[in-house]
Amino acid sequence: MSDHNHGDHGSDHGHNHHPEPLAPVEARVAAIESVLIEHGMFDTEMLDGIVENFEHNLGPLNGAKVVARAWIDPDYKARLLDDGTAAIAELGFGGAEGDHMVVVENTPDVHNLVVCTLCSCYPWPTLGLPPAWYKAPAYRSRAVREPRVLLAEMGTPIPDDVEIRVWDSSAEVRYLVLPQRPPGTDGLSESELVTRVTRDSMIGVARL
Amino acid sequence: MDGVHDLGGLQGFGPVEVEFDEPVFHEAWERRAFRANLGALIALRTAGGAWRHGIERMDPVHYLSSSYYEHWLTSATTLVVEAGLVSHEELDRRAGGHFPLSRPDRGTPPELPQHDRTEPRFRAGDHMRVREWHPLGHTRAPRYVQGKRGVIARLDGASNFPDFEAHGGAKVLDPTYCVRFTSRELWGDGGRDGDVVHVDLWERYLEEDQ
Repeated sequence: MSDHNHGDHGSDHGHNHHPEPLAPVEARVAAIESVLIEHGMFDTEMLDGIVENFEHNLGPLNGAKVVARAWIDPDYKARLLDDGTAAIAELGFGGAEGDHMVVVENTPDVHNLVVCTLCSCYPWPTLGLPPAWYKAPAYRSRAVREPRVLLAEMGTPIPDDVEIRVWDSSAEVRYLVLPQRPPGTDGLSESELVTRVTRDSMIGVARL
Repeated sequence: MDGVHDLGGLQGFGPVEVEFDEPVFHEAWERRAFRANLGALIALRTAGGAWRHGIERMDPVHYLSSSYYEHWLTSATTLVVEAGLVSHEELDRRAGGHFPLSRPDRGTPPELPQHDRTEPRFRAGDHMRVREWHPLGHTRAPRYVQGKRGVIARLDGASNFPDFEAHGGAKVLDPTYCVRFTSRELWGDGGRDGDVVHVDLWERYLEEDQ
């Protein structure tokens, strides 16, 4: 990560040229950790439990189960579109960054795209932690301004007669896109359908 | 604040760089930074808005040249220093070099009544305009919709208005809405007919469209 080790990133000391070289990011993490530990404010076991939950239990497989269920069960789909939080909880998913879920449906006439222009809001229980590109300036700046150009560049051209609806999750709601069921999947079981659903299709940067 | 974090509509960033099969954490320090951030927020009982604003007041060059986990590290550490748990000099010493922190907080709670409001003023279909005030502090009203006209698309119930709490104000409920803007309203001749952008906004950000 060479960009962490060169130059000065500006300074809170009020001038632009800090005499000391920038500390490597690993050393900065260790420094703040040591401060928290000294103050008895760092419960390693509890915190590791939270981190491990992100690593092992939260991820797009959860969202894929929601989507596959909606594809095979019209009543579930109706509940999902009516009250996303409650319908997602039926499958056992919920919690932080998933307390106010809205599911938006792709149709032959409408394509939905989710972004957080201000930071990195993302539905953790159904998609996990966001990928780096979702948090990066290129995606956040362009999704609301030129979504059609952006999607085409990302390999998802949207036909001219399809409306694009962008959702900027700037408050408490977190969004999940319900992608269209791909053609030729009529004979597949629910568990087989789950494997067809991608993370990107639930953000709206891909179609299936 | 009209910071570099408020990215909606800015131009010049180029293509989105997608990494195939990206791991949750790329390097050990990212996992550790995520954990330290959580630890600090839990210990300090930091309001979400104050934490977000810790990122927003990063130096813009630092913000744009660092990854998101470094943003989290920088905000959490800034809040720990501001809480008086360690000096910046001591952090530099422990890190063995300069530890860049965020700039001082220039924000204050907005001069609006700080009391709960739970009955929504607007209904679905109502036309409204986003106030335009460009505060020095934290807000969840992106710059690209301030002053713009839209239509209420959905009512989402009342939730904590972050602009007060981020700057030491009260925890105050305010109705929230999903507001639909046309691409033409936001970007004029650079927009596109038919496309729409929805932005979720608190009622205190909105006014009736005259």
